[in-house]
Amino acid sequence: MPANQPPKFSDAALAEYRQLLGRYPTQRAALLPTLWIAQREFGWLSDETLDYVAHLMELPPAHVRAVVSFYTMLHRKPVGRYLLDVCTNLSCRLRGADKIVGCIRRRLNIEMGETTPDGKFTLGSAECMASCGTAPMLQLNQDAYVENLTEESILKLIDELAGRDN
Amino acid sequence: MERILTRWLDIPDLRKLDVYVGNGGYKALRKALFDMKPEEIINEVKNSNLRGRGGAAFPTGVKWSFIPKDSKKPVYLCCNADESEPGTFANRYELELDPHGIIEGIAITCRAVGAHIAYTYLRGEFTVQKRILDAAIAEAYASNYLGKNILGSGFDLDVFTHRGAGAYICGEETGLLESLEGKRAYPRNRPPFPAIQGAFGCPTVVNNVETLANVPHIINRGADWYKSIGPEKSPGPKIFCLSGHVNKPGLYELPMGFPLKDLIYDVGGGILDGKALKGVIPGGSSFPIFTAEEAVKVNMDFESVRAAGSLMGTAGVMVMHEDTCMVDALKTIAHFYHHESCGQCTPCREGCGWIEKLVTEIEAGRGKMEDLKVLIDAASNMEGNTICVLADSLSMPVKSFVPKYRDEFEAHIKLGRCPFKDRDGKAGGLSAAAGH
Repeated sequence: MPANQPPKFSDAALAEYRQLLGRYPTQRAALLPTLWIAQREFGWLSDETLDYVAHLMELPPAHVRAVVSFYTMLHRKPVGRYLLDVCTNLSCRLRGADKIVGCIRRRLNIEMGETTPDGKFTLGSAECMASCGTAPMLQLNQDAYVENLTEESILKLIDELAGRDN
Repeated sequence: MERILTRWLDIPDLRKLDVYVGNGGYKALRKALFDMKPEEIINEVKNSNLRGRGGAAFPTGVKWSFIPKDSKKPVYLCCNADESEPGTFANRYELELDPHGIIEGIAITCRAVGAHIAYTYLRGEFTVQKRILDAAIAEAYASNYLGKNILGSGFDLDVFTHRGAGAYICGEETGLLESLEGKRAYPRNRPPFPAIQGAFGCPTVVNNVETLANVPHIINRGADWYKSIGPEKSPGPKIFCLSGHVNKPGLYELPMGFPLKDLIYDVGGGILDGKALKGVIPGGSSFPIFTAEEAVKVNMDFESVRAAGSLMGTAGVMVMHEDTCMVDALKTIAHFYHHESCGQCTPCREGCGWIEKLVTEIEAGRGKMEDLKVLIDAASNMEGNTICVLADSLSMPVKSFVPKYRDEFEAHIKLGRCPFKDRDGKAGGLSAAAGH
């Protein structure tokens, strides 16, 4: 999104939004799905984006912000191209999640919650993601799970992702 | 034993509509639409003694019967796919591998309670699972198992998926409803119960994915067949989620009442590296831990686990061996509930934070003996004093870990460090746990 340009949904996103409205008896119920569209469109949810969503949905901006701040998957600041959310809950820790986190930190030279200076990787922690039988695990870009992680497999994944655009 | 809920292990591609139908799929829906009155469906499920699989174990048919028969308002069904209880991963595979089983359960349930719209609320992380379920829903619409005038029966039903965005409390049924309505997921005071005033102020049934997946089998084969599996008061097949220090972690479908010892040592292949068992959480991290001695005597059904002093919850069985630092394990659990407390009720918001802080201090070797009493007091004082049971979900682990592993807590305090780690606080304990 160019700087200083107020955010606006693409035509496809607007069509998707209008279709969503038909699913619920209230417009407000479409808020979370609409925020997901916004995050997909803009990568993260800036103040301007939230104001746009509030205006679009005829909701008080304060309500939109209150909702966004409740949910951990909605980003209020930019994240790297590859977001690695490592589960640090009990079942994953029992199977070595701490070592996986340590491995990523050392390889990327960032701490939990940080993004590499080139904007490529963000390391995040997540609570249990329902993958305890294949622990330790992480979720890549809030989509596919990468399971049964080992120190070797996590380094291989990082190298593979790092090489994708080069 | 015949696999019922995890048929996907025997039937490749069960997730596809033609394979599902080829294996008897949607026969139960036809029966529910053409051969049974709504009341008869409810009675069949009531008679089956099916109990909710989402953690609370409430009788499903009874829950359905609370929906007013002559409601002037629309009735909704919410399928709870917010699976978030640590240690639990059954719904995830059901969504991935048997989505039509869930859709058929949803459709039969809607027919029973008179709902024409169903929402499946998936946790935000279930991106892949939502894609699979959406594809299956589209297939079901295309073959008129959903939509207008289903199979010519005159019954209409729309099914929508709704994605959360990362908050454990959305799995609590009234938190789910608030979230569905586009709000923060603050659990509601009850009464009114969702059956009277649920989604959008209308009568609503909220059922877990696995609960709904049981329904087509009950309708196909009858309540008596269902009751013949497992103990009478909590019958049926059950999916157990085995994780932690076992050789074969994973999902296992077994009859209710299966011995926990056999689940760990036989089905689960025994303890990792041949080590000794130290503790088992039987139902997801919200519930009291069993010591090794207690665990090997318990049968896994709602009544037996309760009688032994814990709860079966979601059957998320977390196994810990002798090298596990139980203070660190409790710290992990306390961090989770503090992080996930919605903040509405003071005892939970403050209590979970206080407990996390104390356990963290003890683990770091900075604890005092009197902290152990404060932990129990704080846990006791938040129990039952809040809108929902999240506070109890931390209270129960605290009140079981501290007395059952008291020597470990005391050792941390006396030594001034974690006895499982070396003097630099590095090697050993949970932080050194090996991967694969």
